[in-house]
Amino acid sequence: MSQTRYTKDHEWIRVDGDTATVGITAYAAEQLGDVVFVELPDIGKTVTQGGEMAVVESVKAASEVYAPVNGEVVEVNSELESAPETVNEAPDGAGWFVKLKLSDTSQLEGLMDEAAYKAHIG
Amino acid sequence: MRYLPLTPEDREAMLATIGVQSIDDLFLDVPEAARLDGPVNLPLRATELEVERAFARMAKKNISAGEAAFFVGAGAYKHHVPASVDHLIQRSEFLTAYTPYQPEISQGTLQTLFEFQTQIARLTGMDVANASMYDGSTACAEAVLMAARVTKRSKAVLSGNLHPHYAAATHTACKYMDIATASQAPVPGALDDIIAAIDEETACVVVQNPDVFGRVHDLTPIAEAAHAKGALLIAVVTEIVSLGLVKSPGEMGADIVVGEGQSIGVGLQFGGPYVGLFACRNDRNFLRNMPGRLAGETVDADGRRGFVLTLSTREQHIRRDKATSNICTNSGLMALAFTIHMTLLGEKGLRQMATLNHEAACTLADALSAVPGVEVLCDSFFNEFTVTLPRDAAAVTESLIAKGVLAGVPASRLYPGKGLDNLLVIAATETNTEADIDLFARALKEVL
Repeated sequence: MSQTRYTKDHEWIRVDGDTATVGITAYAAEQLGDVVFVELPDIGKTVTQGGEMAVVESVKAASEVYAPVNGEVVEVNSELESAPETVNEAPDGAGWFVKLKLSDTSQLEGLMDEAAYKAHIG
Repeated sequence: MRYLPLTPEDREAMLATIGVQSIDDLFLDVPEAARLDGPVNLPLRATELEVERAFARMAKKNISAGEAAFFVGAGAYKHHVPASVDHLIQRSEFLTAYTPYQPEISQGTLQTLFEFQTQIARLTGMDVANASMYDGSTACAEAVLMAARVTKRSKAVLSGNLHPHYAAATHTACKYMDIATASQAPVPGALDDIIAAIDEETACVVVQNPDVFGRVHDLTPIAEAAHAKGALLIAVVTEIVSLGLVKSPGEMGADIVVGEGQSIGVGLQFGGPYVGLFACRNDRNFLRNMPGRLAGETVDADGRRGFVLTLSTREQHIRRDKATSNICTNSGLMALAFTIHMTLLGEKGLRQMATLNHEAACTLADALSAVPGVEVLCDSFFNEFTVTLPRDAAAVTESLIAKGVLAGVPASRLYPGKGLDNLLVIAATETNTEADIDLFARALKEVL
């Protein structure tokens, strides 16, 4: 059973057991504009909650994508190398960035659910 | 626009915010000896005529490059720039045009930058070049910073035969970025053993070709050694005309090529403005880690070819402290002068120009080595070489001035206190006549 949680910086995280998929929300993708490049982390990299995990570049801005929770990068969406526009087309699905192996599932409690995130973006 | 001066309270608030006690604290990097301790010693007033006379008197004390048999190089070279270059760059459309941020009104500027980049990429044997840097020395510094980003390592090894000004500029930039720069000792007439200094922590090796003493090297073994350890080779070219005859750094395996474009279209100009060159391979994430402006070719909404500044997310106005550089400009007018001159020369003209340079240097080297006590150190050179004199080179060049010869740069000026005082670095270009060369050889014989 997967549940989606959200961060203040507009990342989403969908958990499945002790691994999770991370991406940026449709709101973030729209704010950025056309995504032209995604810099993904190396497999095996350890990330900490709030730390820089990836970089997403559009024609007008470059933004850090932060890790929503502590973990280890086990897979990255290499499709984004040749088709960065997928982030705009399907931010919640095919436009995912990174899959993490979680080291502390309790951190998810502190993240927002869908209703809280919707309120956050107003 | 009104002038809004600062009050003493404004100044105090600003100083407090940045955390210094006084404005003087902001000048701590200026050496004590160079600071003013009172007003500048100038008369309160003078008439226009008095000022003209005073400056004319001072100017008469100079011997300009055009007034003597001129053989000075070491990073800036006297070449003939056709009058057409100056005429074209002074057209107001070129001279007064601002930075091409708005492509819809800047196609002329953007197209010339694109053509400049194309010329530099072809000359250096690289995939991509930027729209220019300030000068060769800062381009060199930026290349090392880029290599550190790309390799994620923080050690740079600089050849001992890299121009000391380039090494100093690189060291200054790296000092504040926690990158350790180690300079090898200079080895006039040969190549320092830089390969031995490369290890798994080296981000890059920086080698100049032709080097500061004029020697031409094969960079291929250095490129291979660097790549074997995961490091990059940065090749430095201070005399761009050399690429009309010398193998390009790209062909020899360089990853980044930087240099000075002054020799084409620009002239000596008392040391500036010059035009820094920066080019690299389109490998891994090189393109996104490049500093400086990039002009790109694209199509507009109607499918017609157009040019824009591109990959701007590397730059400071978007990426701020994560930008690839804090440069937010390029040497536009000088890059234009370079492009015009290079276009007039073409590949054939550049090769001819390079050949004339090399022939002049060869003739000079022969004439000087016939002078007793003079030995040419470089077995392989383009238009510059180093000689050993039987005594202090600085004193010799001083004596040659009175004979109408500006003989070159004593190595003691480049490397004071390194025991190279008897060495003289000499350049010859297409502007040197047989008469110049004869005069130099005769005068040197008399003086020694």
